[in-house]
Amino acid sequence: MEDIKIRLLQVLEQNHRVSTKTLATMLKVSEEEVKEMIKEMEEAKIILGYVTLVDWGKTGDNDNVTAVIDVKVTPQRDVGFDTIAERICRFPEVKSVYLMSGGYDLSVMIEGTSMKKVAFFVAEKLATLENVQSTATHFVLKKYKQDGITFEDDEKDHRLVVSP
Amino acid sequence: MSRFIKKTVRELPSSGIRKFFDLASGMKDIISLGVGESDFVTPWHIREACVYSLERGYTNYTSNGGLPELRQEISNYLDRKYEVGYEPFSEILVTVGVSEAIDIALRCVLEPGDEVIIPEPSFVSYKPCTIMAGGIPRTVPTLEANNFKLLPHDLKNSINPRSKVLIMCYPNNPTGAIMNKEELLEIARLAEEHDLLVISDEIYSELTYNGEHVSFASLPGMKERTVLLNGFSKAFAMTGWRIGYAAAPADVIDAMLKIHQYTIMCAPITGQMAALEALKKGETEVKKMAENFDQRRNLMVNGLNQVGLTCFEPEGAFYAFPSIKTTGLDSLTFCENLLKEEGVAVVPGNVFGDCGEGYVRCSYAASVSQISEALDRIERFIKGCRKKKGICATT
Repeated sequence: MEDIKIRLLQVLEQNHRVSTKTLATMLKVSEEEVKEMIKEMEEAKIILGYVTLVDWGKTGDNDNVTAVIDVKVTPQRDVGFDTIAERICRFPEVKSVYLMSGGYDLSVMIEGTSMKKVAFFVAEKLATLENVQSTATHFVLKKYKQDGITFEDDEKDHRLVVSP
Repeated sequence: MSRFIKKTVRELPSSGIRKFFDLASGMKDIISLGVGESDFVTPWHIREACVYSLERGYTNYTSNGGLPELRQEISNYLDRKYEVGYEPFSEILVTVGVSEAIDIALRCVLEPGDEVIIPEPSFVSYKPCTIMAGGIPRTVPTLEANNFKLLPHDLKNSINPRSKVLIMCYPNNPTGAIMNKEELLEIARLAEEHDLLVISDEIYSELTYNGEHVSFASLPGMKERTVLLNGFSKAFAMTGWRIGYAAAPADVIDAMLKIHQYTIMCAPITGQMAALEALKKGETEVKKMAENFDQRRNLMVNGLNQVGLTCFEPEGAFYAFPSIKTTGLDSLTFCENLLKEEGVAVVPGNVFGDCGEGYVRCSYAASVSQISEALDRIERFIKGCRKKKGICATT
């Protein structure tokens, strides 16, 4: 891929709220070119979306629980793990699905409004899927860092205001 | 007790930066573009290596010249990056930042009355260090019209029989100017012709945005008359660690080592351990930071030009040096008013030499949102200046 696109992606990956005008200045291209490149990469599904990382705990009215579930499945002829993984992806409760190496096959992250609801989801929807051999559910107790961002970051700018 | 203080020091003016610092540090909620250091924190792998060295009990003196492994790595690095070969144990000295290296280099070569040629605007310590070492500073103005480069013609005019040393600092603080190989070759020719020792402060060498840095020592015949100074502060975001180094032919390093061993003993081992890690594994981080600075440079320079402060395009370091002449204010008044009225700190250009009057130094080692906000405020301030100027002109 062209160097300029990679640099554009690197900036956007850190902060997608930088305006196209600012992006154009930073990367020394025209604003039209930036818009064009973004559009092109959205269409090619290189850019899949723009999400905001929220610390819901701080809003005071969100007690959602998150669980990571290790899932063992029987791969199917021709399609391997893909069909079952795609099926799991369709549930809106499911936040992420990864195929893993090691002791189990799929790592599924689920969010629900209570522990009970998550447990029911696993027991009723996930474990009962054909080809799912077993599940092991781990509840998240506290998030420290997600997508490269630390939740309680108190790193201040310690530099002197003016220095030579 | 001032009667005890010797004349040279008593008469030495304190840094103009200091005065401005006192003014700025009393204020709240300001955006500072006045900082002479990276806004990155030292990369974690370097900090972690330092903590590990403490855990293993590396709390002792090192040899005067610095850790042998570190000097070996510095030698490899200089060879790899700038194609200059230095024997690690006789030609490299680890110092407490480049600041110490400037001081001891000047102290070990200057006889009373020897002249030191200093292109300006430049970093604030060359002149005072020259005076304290008994030398006489002879400054050479560099101009925006010439992209703040040192012209051979100007250098030649400042050379006289007492000239002994030429201090070079490219990429330059505060202008962001760099000098390419052809331009440096002309300076080298003059240095040779007039037998000058060149102290080349290349602390910003990793931060160039238009081609690779050329080390003065790498030019034909120049290693024999150059003291190459560099360090970890800017490239690896390690200002507070205070680790720099000097590389020069053995007899000069030997002389510098004499002063260093009696005054400093050795650079702190903890910083040296961190520097070792930086050289071994820091290259990816350095590249990332440089790319990041480049983007913010574009933002800053473009923004300054748009708000009406014409700005020469800096090609190195992390400073822009716009002209403020259209506002009708002198540098200090501009900076004081901008600070008071809009809460933005920039540094008056004249603290870097008289020829810096009419300019200010804006560091782009600040976040994209801070730079954007600061530019908005500067724009508002300049509009205010124009209005006032207009009123004055009509009344």
